Amino acid sequence: MIEFLHTNMAYLLNGISVGGQYALIAIGYTMVYGVLRLINFAHGDVFMVAGLVMIYATTAMPMYISIPLVLVATVVLGFLIERAAYRPLRSAPRMSVMISAIGVSYLLQNCALYFTGGLPQVYPSIPFLSESVTIWGATTKMVTIVTPILTLVLVIILVLLLKYTKIGMAMRAVSKDFEASQLMGIKIDMVISATFVIGCFLAAVGSLLYFTNYSSVIPTSGAMPGLKAFVAAVFGGIGSIPGAVIGAFIIGICENIIKGLGWTTFSDAFSFALLIVILMVKPTGIFGEKATDKV
Amino acid sequence: MKKFLALILVLAMLMAFGLCGCGTAPADNGGDTAEGGDSAGAPAGDTVYIGVYEPQSGDNGSGGKQEILGMQYANSLTPTVDIGGTTYNVELVYADNESANDKAVSAANKLISAGCSVCLGSYGSGVSMAAADTFEAAGIPIIGVSCTNVLVTDGNEIYYRICFTDPDQGTIDANLVHSMGYNNVYCLAMLGEDYGQGLVNYFVAAAEDLGMTVTQDQFPEGNSDFTSYLTNAKNAGAEVIFAPCSTGYAQLIIQQAAAQGLTVPLVAGDTWDSGVISDACVAANGANEVYCSTFYANGSNPEFEDGIREWINGDSTNLANNGGTDELAATTVLGYDAYYVALEALKAAGSTDPAAVWEALPGVTYDGVTGNIAFNDTGDADRHQAFIKNFDAESGTLVFYDLIEF
Repeated sequence: MIEFLHTNMAYLLNGISVGGQYALIAIGYTMVYGVLRLINFAHGDVFMVAGLVMIYATTAMPMYISIPLVLVATVVLGFLIERAAYRPLRSAPRMSVMISAIGVSYLLQNCALYFTGGLPQVYPSIPFLSESVTIWGATTKMVTIVTPILTLVLVIILVLLLKYTKIGMAMRAVSKDFEASQLMGIKIDMVISATFVIGCFLAAVGSLLYFTNYSSVIPTSGAMPGLKAFVAAVFGGIGSIPGAVIGAFIIGICENIIKGLGWTTFSDAFSFALLIVILMVKPTGIFGEKATDKV
Repeated sequence: MKKFLALILVLAMLMAFGLCGCGTAPADNGGDTAEGGDSAGAPAGDTVYIGVYEPQSGDNGSGGKQEILGMQYANSLTPTVDIGGTTYNVELVYADNESANDKAVSAANKLISAGCSVCLGSYGSGVSMAAADTFEAAGIPIIGVSCTNVLVTDGNEIYYRICFTDPDQGTIDANLVHSMGYNNVYCLAMLGEDYGQGLVNYFVAAAEDLGMTVTQDQFPEGNSDFTSYLTNAKNAGAEVIFAPCSTGYAQLIIQQAAAQGLTVPLVAGDTWDSGVISDACVAANGANEVYCSTFYANGSNPEFEDGIREWINGDSTNLANNGGTDELAATTVLGYDAYYVALEALKAAGSTDPAAVWEALPGVTYDGVTGNIAFNDTGDADRHQAFIKNFDAESGTLVFYDLIEF
């Protein structure tokens, strides 16, 4: 067993790291779903834009300004998207909002295509995160170790925020019953904006970690991670934060083990097959039934 | 109700997946190619149109742009051609095939409706094959520049090609690995990519004949995480990795191999001969030796190279299209030769009529920068030499390593 773990350490480490990055994106999907019942298809592209902002920022500014700038710019982008594309459709049928989300996704991809000219952009290496380390015979980047730790810390902070702050309480109330909380005097618009702000902040952190590992950004870079994170969110029970995190780690680790077993061709097919199986066996996902866990 | 919701979710996901798959919609069909749009209609007056069928976005976007640079440079040097006693202005018409086989036909149709007499391209064998029937139906001849898969010209009479092909290239690469004394190879190519898969097949056949152990893996399109593949290579005891793929993936492979401390040599085909690769090697501190087989070795024709470098440096758009460096890719040089082959064909045809050009093409010969070009019966140029380049840490570029005659 130990021997097996040792030889496959690289796959595991990588799986945990990828899982952490998916988790940070998946939280954005799951929170927005919890509050708005909307699958925010643009979320993966927000993640990609965060990567591009970092690339352009570092050409003009030092790293210690660029990183906060990326976080702020992504949060502002998320806020603006909600304001421009989703808020006017608040009373429209849910399908209209979803289609609006797909529209935003394409808008972001095409803007990125326009600005980059379709060429892969090389992500700057962040000091410390880009250094190589060797753990138990497997050499990897520092970011692989940092990702799961940072993810867990951020999730714990988020859970505490939801549990003990006023805005967190408001979010939970809104996710339970949209209209009733409105009647109780909760400012719905403010709560929704806050949800997008938190989701985009985590996506920006995720993009810093993800692109440090896989250092090139193309306009469709957000599509795959976004989709996998969405699978993770559904897998864990969409609307549930612990579910999204656990789902993301499971998807990340399984995907890499599949590659390690030599079935590299099927690594993506696996993620999506898993989604279908889960939805057939447990349509609400792992944590989906506990309504109290929403948001 | 919950089941219904789940069904909706799955449908929505599938839809998103399908949409993402073809999500690289073009900024606009002309891209950064101003002349493309307004040249529709039949050739009129004294202008002859040469179609440039190349990817300008997607996985092969950077390679396609480098190939176009060569044609643009040639066009800037020789903007006119004498056809049947009349001097015509040559205008390049661009169509972006987005590196996607499903966009190939519409890009080809754009060139056909623009009234091109002859077309050039494409970088990437898959898109070339995908559009062959469309060009054939329209009767417009097309000259492949750097697409090395055999099936581009084999069975497509309309297709001609000025570079060597994969059976030769795969064998050359296998022999290269063998001559360096390695016996265990890990091959990695993109799933469903005609170029990479084709090259790997020929490589494996040649390598197994030489008694080498070969492990093969494939990665899905859009993959950015190569660490597991590299671990597979390590576990297979690979002494060298053969990874013919587009430069975007190559960058990631080089960088992740270095980060994982896997310092075996990396070998690839012609796609890796690009400034993008040498930049990636510089960023990875040259942790891995990098070798690639290619069409042209820098330094063979200093006069030509100085000229094109000056031209690239003189325009920020050109410089950006070349990946921000003035390092010449072999595909750029081939693109330059391809333009002149097209001019020779037009001259020989004595007319701008595509059918006449097609008829004239088999007899065209041209002494280009990359060597003499003459077509055989399948429409391939008879090439008998290939260059091997490797990464030189001192200059930070890919430099000539070996010349192979075959």
